[in-house]
Amino acid sequence: MKTIKGLYYTKDHEWVKVDGNKAMVGITDYAQHALGEIVYVELPEMDEVYKAGDVFCVIESVKAAADSFAPVSGKVVEINEELEDSPEFLNEDPYDNWIMAVEMNNPSELEDLMDDEAYKKFCEKEE
Amino acid sequence: MDNLKKTSLFSSYKKHGGKLVDYAGWSMPVEFSGLTLEHEAVRTAAGLFDVSHMGEIEVKGKEAENYLQYLLTNNIETMHDNQVIYAFMCYENGGVVDDLLVYKYSAEHYLLVVNAANMEKDYKWMLGQKKNYQVEIDNRSEQISEVALQGPKAEAVLQKLTDTDLSKLSSFYLERDVKIAGANCLLSRTGYTGEDGFEIYLNHEDAPLVWDKILETGKADGVIPIGLGARDTLRFEAALPLYGNEISQDISPLEAGLGYFVKFDKGDFIGREALLKQKQEGPARKLIGLEMVERGIPRHGYTVLSEGKDIGFITTGYHSPTLGKNIGFALVQQEYAKLGDIIEIQIRKKTAKAKIVDKRFYTKNYKK
Repeated sequence: MKTIKGLYYTKDHEWVKVDGNKAMVGITDYAQHALGEIVYVELPEMDEVYKAGDVFCVIESVKAAADSFAPVSGKVVEINEELEDSPEFLNEDPYDNWIMAVEMNNPSELEDLMDDEAYKKFCEKEE
Repeated sequence: MDNLKKTSLFSSYKKHGGKLVDYAGWSMPVEFSGLTLEHEAVRTAAGLFDVSHMGEIEVKGKEAENYLQYLLTNNIETMHDNQVIYAFMCYENGGVVDDLLVYKYSAEHYLLVVNAANMEKDYKWMLGQKKNYQVEIDNRSEQISEVALQGPKAEAVLQKLTDTDLSKLSSFYLERDVKIAGANCLLSRTGYTGEDGFEIYLNHEDAPLVWDKILETGKADGVIPIGLGARDTLRFEAALPLYGNEISQDISPLEAGLGYFVKFDKGDFIGREALLKQKQEGPARKLIGLEMVERGIPRHGYTVLSEGKDIGFITTGYHSPTLGKNIGFALVQQEYAKLGDIIEIQIRKKTAKAKIVDKRFYTKNYKK
């Protein structure tokens, strides 16, 4: 299972990459592996405002639909529309293929997330 | 998952990377090498399924034929010895207790193969309907393992493990005491995938060896183990119903478009009156096939709308591995079931358009 240093991680297997006040959000390698072959991504909408913990995206494998939860609160300022036609990108490289970017309205929420080492340990316990 | 039941093949899953889920109280593999890969293997080569969770109930006795004729919707009287047929066991109101396969050994000896989730309910129902019929009803589910080998290469692979001439076993027929890799088996040319194939019933202690032998022998032909995930997508594409989805105690066989298996001319049977009334009046709901026109995957339970009005629900839906499309079945009010019409599916907060299409998404590939 791959993780990347410098990213923040949630217990629901999303990652966050911080760029100033902007947070890029995606799903982890563990998540894509657990989901299996991803065949559909229901993207969030631009300008939508999410609180940390809200469902912002639904990712579907052949088998089932799985919710993804916003790691931090904020307004959606970018979405990765490529995933609409190529959902399999999330399997191929889940860290390169972010899902949305939000403008954080409470960056202190990042403190509640895990770093890569803590997340690795968390996943080992999930197994 | 410690209180879950395990089949005799449970320890065989691990070496093939089986991902386990709770299914009807059983710890079963949902996936081995990946759903799509497994699905394709069954369509193009062959796949091996552990279906030991299925229930087997034996009916024996002088009046076995009459009893089953009364209990089930299909015609038992016209069955040949060693024939297998599909039938419904219905309630008086026409709702379905279970769908099942009837294996006829003789007019005084049958085996019913029923759904795992319904097995205990079925057995109780059968005892309750026994009345004065001179039959013995024996629930043998705990004693029988079952594996299914399905796909165009199933016959060639299995033939290498038996002296029985499989080319002589027709679709929906059975043969008893077939030796497969030395083990004594009940073999039928049946399945739940839309492909040619076999279902093999055997003792628990023989199952692991037969499982391994089939995989070993079939390896060169591309035979791999298949999980419950692909079992569902395969049966779905072939328009084979699943109890709890397309049929249930609240969905009659006629609503599901399965009237072919309800023989009104055979005499009385449980549910006949209610079903006949449905047939004469036309069922209020109809099972349709649909293909998404807009983005989204229709899933079991989603609401179906026509111009904003609730007209029914999705019974099964998938991103189809064979067709690459988002397709589904829905049970809708009869007046909205017109082929070619556009309906909407409520997918979470949004609706997405779908077209009503023929529900035979995949043409069955059975041997005669």
